[in-house]
Amino acid sequence: MKHTLNLTGRNVFDLDDYSVEEIEKIFETAKVMKEINSREYKKIPTLRGKTVATLFFEDSTRTRISFELAVKRLSADVVSFTSAGSAMKKGEGIQDTVYTLNAMGIDLYVVRHSCPGVPQLVNKYSNKPVINAGDGRHAHPTQALLDMFSIWEKTGSLKGLKIAIVGDILHSRVVRSNLIGMKKMGADVVVCGPRTLMPPKIEEVYGVQCEYDLKVAIKDADVVMGLRMQLERQNEGLFPGLGEYTSRYGLSNKMLEFAKDDVLIMHPGPMNRGVEILPEVADSEHSIIIEQVTNGVAVRMALLFLILGGKPGREVA
Amino acid sequence: MILLKNGMVYLSDKNKIEKADVLIDKKVIKKIAPAIEEKNAEVIDCSGMHIFPGFVDLHCHLRDPGYTYKEDIASGAESAAKGGFTSVCCMPNTNPAIDNISTLNYIMRKARDVGKTKIFVIGAMSKGLEGKEIANIASLVKGGVVGVSDDGNCIQVAKLQLNVMRYASIYDIPMICHSEEYSLSGKGQVNYGPMSTKLGLSGIPTLAEEIMVSRDIMLADVTGSHVHIAHASTKRTVELIRQAKKDCIKVTAEVTPHHLVLTEKACDGFDTNTKMKPPLRSEQDREALFEGLMDGTIDVIATDHAPHSDYEKELEFMKAPFGVIGFESAFPVLYSTLVRDDKMKLEELVVRMTSKPADIIKKDVGVLKEGAPADLNIFDLKDSFTFDESEILSKSKNSPFLGMKMWGKIHYTICDGKFTWKL
Repeated sequence: MKHTLNLTGRNVFDLDDYSVEEIEKIFETAKVMKEINSREYKKIPTLRGKTVATLFFEDSTRTRISFELAVKRLSADVVSFTSAGSAMKKGEGIQDTVYTLNAMGIDLYVVRHSCPGVPQLVNKYSNKPVINAGDGRHAHPTQALLDMFSIWEKTGSLKGLKIAIVGDILHSRVVRSNLIGMKKMGADVVVCGPRTLMPPKIEEVYGVQCEYDLKVAIKDADVVMGLRMQLERQNEGLFPGLGEYTSRYGLSNKMLEFAKDDVLIMHPGPMNRGVEILPEVADSEHSIIIEQVTNGVAVRMALLFLILGGKPGREVA
Repeated sequence: MILLKNGMVYLSDKNKIEKADVLIDKKVIKKIAPAIEEKNAEVIDCSGMHIFPGFVDLHCHLRDPGYTYKEDIASGAESAAKGGFTSVCCMPNTNPAIDNISTLNYIMRKARDVGKTKIFVIGAMSKGLEGKEIANIASLVKGGVVGVSDDGNCIQVAKLQLNVMRYASIYDIPMICHSEEYSLSGKGQVNYGPMSTKLGLSGIPTLAEEIMVSRDIMLADVTGSHVHIAHASTKRTVELIRQAKKDCIKVTAEVTPHHLVLTEKACDGFDTNTKMKPPLRSEQDREALFEGLMDGTIDVIATDHAPHSDYEKELEFMKAPFGVIGFESAFPVLYSTLVRDDKMKLEELVVRMTSKPADIIKKDVGVLKEGAPADLNIFDLKDSFTFDESEILSKSKNSPFLGMKMWGKIHYTICDGKFTWKL
């Protein structure tokens, strides 16, 4: 593996700070990590002695477990902080929480929070690299990296691919990071969903196409990604109900006839089967939804390895 | 007596800046003329400096009583004096709110005791600023308020707003309207537009302001009240006010320095010192506000000085309170970005910060002429500085202009014939 680019000490707030070459380097590294994860003994000593703190101020299962596994497989130590049951409940703010943890010698923070911008705050208070594991509806760069890695692995490049992302675009941090990353990697991206779930000026901000008709959006698509549709949006008056939503925007076999024959189906999870995606699609041969989860660990290992300056020894040759 | 020698003096009667000497006797400007000689006066050499009438701010929050960790009347008066202000109007969203005579008296008494800046009080429109019942406006007017407002809040029920205006229309005071339709502003944090999309924050659409501005213009028309639109922030607001003025409806408006100078782009990076209501808007809105100011649609510049402590602002963007301070940066920011760049005449900027706001509250301040109160400030416009936290006299430092290089350094402020700021 060539080491021309150095990512040591970098933050991952979102993907706009990363170049195409850097993203490709993360993919190349993730490929190696994925191979390690397929071995019987899934562990390399490269980050021994480093300590990672995962700060999950907002509930998450899969992202937290994915990060914790990634840390452990690189032989670093991991401490997990969740705001439930912590001193935050006693009124401690983020600043003091971070000062406290930092005083115990943390090398890198993984942060999930419901408010956009908190990873930047944690970096400001800790002066240590921070990986954003999702901040409100702002960004979720590691999810975007694993999504793009999953496509890249299958196709070798994102350049010129037509990627359709369907669903609640407004509330999705996954979409925002993916739009930045996918555009950067040369894909043509279409976002599709009800107009009330579309953020303003999205075409202008990300240089993507915006479609309200699913058939048009997924026509000749190479990749179709569904997003979780949350019932509470109905209570907020943003759409009339799941029935109408599924009939207009649900990913079904019938709809996918408009896409390319070898279309890849993706979903960042957790899925509402029968709402935004029908089981016939989620479980089809086109679906790489489960592989996305597998790749998540590899991509996060790659980031930790690159940021914490792991040395490519024999194990990572 | 104080004799200001050789300054470039803004003369209110002529609306011109001319070289002259100014003689102050006790609380009054006694004489303005070339080469005044007065043996008994303290002489200040003002060569190369400008002398303006003391600035008048229609919109500030002094946080006293109730939130004196953010600001109090003494620190607010000092901060105002350092900004060149000699008269400020404080908003009633204190705790308790200024919806009763004892709170009003407390502020007026404390303001007199502090003495640094003339403090005029805006009373509440609704009791407790809750938007449910009309406040005791008649008593407040008798007690000396110069206007009423629920600023920070906005009366949502049209019927109540109508009744407030009808009830208060018999007094010659402005109804100062913070225009915000709550169901549209919701949990919004920044302008609804490209920046809310990019940052993943809920947006506050311009509509939230415009719907209420149009409502209040109609209510002004019906009731004959004087409506003053606080902190106008959108293009359509400017258009609505322009049309209302053409229709001879009694409406005036203010704009803040931050809305004139900054746009939503400043919010990129989650700096909570760029979070205020109304939010920073688009470049088109900013341009329209400036055009509105230039053609007289927007009458005055007001700071909306809104102090918040560092531990309140040093939080997650969504949790930090709305508001920025403004006294000490207002003139230098506007001078640097508008006058120095030849977009606006210096005289025009002075008028919008002095006599125009004074007209709206109908007070005899904000003019520099013989016989007027000796309220003035002295700036060196060639002197530049970097706006730094350590220089700020307000208790709070939440300014979006920190680190900005500005021109126009204040050397003296004089209020009622007394120095209230000396460099």
